[in-house]
Amino acid sequence: MDFDLSDDQRLLQDSLAKLLKDKYGFEQRKAYLKSETGWSREVWAAFAELGLLGMPFAEDDGGLGYGAVETMIVMEQMGRALTLEPFVSTVVLGGGFLRHGATPEQRSALVPMIAEGKLLMAFAHTEQQSRFDLHDVATTAKKDGDGWVIEGRKGVVVHGDTADQLVVTARISGGRRDRDGIGVFLVPANATGVTRRGFRTSDGQRAADISFDAVKVDAAAELQGGLALVERVADETIAALGAEAIGCMEAAKDLTIDYLKTRKQFGRPIGSFQSLQHRAAEMMVCLEQARSMAMLAAMMASERNDDERRRNMRAVKVEIGRNARFVGQQTIQMHGGIAMTMEYAGGHYLKRLTVIENMFGDMDHHLAALSDEGGVFVAA
Amino acid sequence: MELRFTDEERAFREEVRTWIDANLPAETRERMASGRTPTKAMQVDWQKRLYAKGWAVPHWPVEWGGQPWSAIKRFILSEEIQSTPAPTPLGFNANMLGPVLIAFGTDEQKKHFLPKIANLDLWFCQGFSEPGAGSDLASLKCAAKRDGDHYIVNGQKTWTTLAQHADWIFLLVRTDPGAAKQQEGISFLLVDMTTPGITVRPIITIDGAHEVNEVFFDDVKVPVANLVGTENRGWDCAKFLLSNERTGQARVGASKERIRRLKLIAKQTPGGAKPVMEDPRFRSRLTDVEVQLKALEMTTLRVLADENRALSQRKPNPASSVLKIRGTELQQAISELYVMAAGPYGLAAPHDPEADGRNEPDVAADWQTLAQATYFNWRKQSIYGGSTEIQKNIMAKAFLGL
Repeated sequence: MDFDLSDDQRLLQDSLAKLLKDKYGFEQRKAYLKSETGWSREVWAAFAELGLLGMPFAEDDGGLGYGAVETMIVMEQMGRALTLEPFVSTVVLGGGFLRHGATPEQRSALVPMIAEGKLLMAFAHTEQQSRFDLHDVATTAKKDGDGWVIEGRKGVVVHGDTADQLVVTARISGGRRDRDGIGVFLVPANATGVTRRGFRTSDGQRAADISFDAVKVDAAAELQGGLALVERVADETIAALGAEAIGCMEAAKDLTIDYLKTRKQFGRPIGSFQSLQHRAAEMMVCLEQARSMAMLAAMMASERNDDERRRNMRAVKVEIGRNARFVGQQTIQMHGGIAMTMEYAGGHYLKRLTVIENMFGDMDHHLAALSDEGGVFVAA
Repeated sequence: MELRFTDEERAFREEVRTWIDANLPAETRERMASGRTPTKAMQVDWQKRLYAKGWAVPHWPVEWGGQPWSAIKRFILSEEIQSTPAPTPLGFNANMLGPVLIAFGTDEQKKHFLPKIANLDLWFCQGFSEPGAGSDLASLKCAAKRDGDHYIVNGQKTWTTLAQHADWIFLLVRTDPGAAKQQEGISFLLVDMTTPGITVRPIITIDGAHEVNEVFFDDVKVPVANLVGTENRGWDCAKFLLSNERTGQARVGASKERIRRLKLIAKQTPGGAKPVMEDPRFRSRLTDVEVQLKALEMTTLRVLADENRALSQRKPNPASSVLKIRGTELQQAISELYVMAAGPYGLAAPHDPEADGRNEPDVAADWQTLAQATYFNWRKQSIYGGSTEIQKNIMAKAFLGL
């Protein structure tokens, strides 16, 4: 039992913190938001230089062989800075599918490009009817000689507008909501028949609505693992997003505490009022409970027992969601009007936290599923 | 960062489980499993067994009956005791007075009292709160005046838990009413409850239980040798005592046991068309509490890992303040789930043969008659040991700098 970071992990944390301090002030972020891609290619290159983009891949594949704890460290820092770059889409999601579902040949072709910052990925999964059910897939993949023809439409593909490679779920067999018969395909974003319409997400990031109109891919495009692969990568992503939420909450809490100390009303700092002190203390309780769950997630991400991993990740998603909502909302309430403005960072944390809350299953989704699966503490 | 227990720790957990199974008397086990508190005899018998095994006060120094264990190992023992459930060693002795004596007591006091309180030969109760000194403990008035080799104690304590069982009481008294600061005129005394002039009067709480008492002191003579630490510096002992309780207060092991038992009960309890457990709303509420409890378990482990460090490397950990606040909230939430599971049969109060004048079985199952009583009783948890509001005051000051 040990919750400390190793020296190397601390070094990683410090290096990224320093990089983001230089390149990701709130004003700099505003400029990235306004740019054509909606994020910074320069920062992306700096991430590559720092080794972040090859982090989770095996050394044999051209990566650093880091684990979920390192991902947690990185995501927490990114959450603090409210970064906009496609790290989750490319490294956590795309990387997850490659690590767990791709052949060594595919990995040796793609991983070095990702690590160098030259290849962007996105996960094209959500459909209009599917909501949060990972097994609800209407898009189809039909055998066509040696290859496949993909037909369907995916919405809210985060960073799908700039991705080079898409990971697409499509039904090979069975009914729309069957757990069996789901295929996972690597589809180049410039393949014939792929049409993308980019849009902004509510927190200012980018996404795309993507149609697949008789898109032909060859046999090697299919990743191995079906729904189990999707669930595994989704769980790793829940862990990563959870850590990002911790970073957001931590920064929001710090900003709020600073404000309570400096903002004066009725001739004294508003932090001298007990009602606000108690709410600030409650924020801290929420943050610590959420942080505990982010740590649990990091340690559970590599759990071999699928059922155990799934149930713990559901608990993580619920608990971080609950606490994030409180911290995000109270950041605005305790600041007052200033945090309602686009010009101030405070409100942007709530926005990002709300987006995270609604990715890969909201609280109700996971609570209901966890409840059906027997809860957290199964009989000893 | 490593979450898993080591092989040695897992083996120790097995050893503890096996030993408890072999040594916990059947009546004690049955009473604890029904959700009741142990009787005095059960508490004393069990603590003596633990002491003989070397497990009553593992957190004390080895020379006083402790174990050279890691904080994790101590946690495993305590969690297994809670999740059996078996009685936990009496907190007033093991967690409050013991460490104070070890830190502030004279050699004579240590030699005389420590073995007796570890083995529960002497049952101590805590004389801190007064009618006018609750959250504002330092405003206490109960006075001790020096008279030769004795202090003469006059005043009143209240909310004195299990004073009816106690052989001795540890007491905060005002020895210097003229001190510049309230905190500066207080002393820490040990008092034999059989001393003339002490009256214990029961307070019956809303659940009908006799758990707490008022204790009156009328010219009670206490030998000066029973002063712990320095005269007028008793506040140091009190602060030390109150800050010593950290991971214990979350009682995660006990809550996990209550959740597991509730799941079994709710599966067997009819809820109209289906058992209560199959009502998705009830089940979802229960799962929601479980999720929060899981987070609290992780927070507890984080605090423990911190306690495992050398003292010099420890930093004040905000996670420890979370334990009391969320720990008590969750215990209360679980007690509400029991009330919901019990439903209409939860209206039946436990049958009291003495008051009712006849002896007959309860109308409802044991757990049902206890559900509301426990729920009422456990409202106390967010009040005692520093209320939730006091905890938040402390957090705002110590960690947030407000």
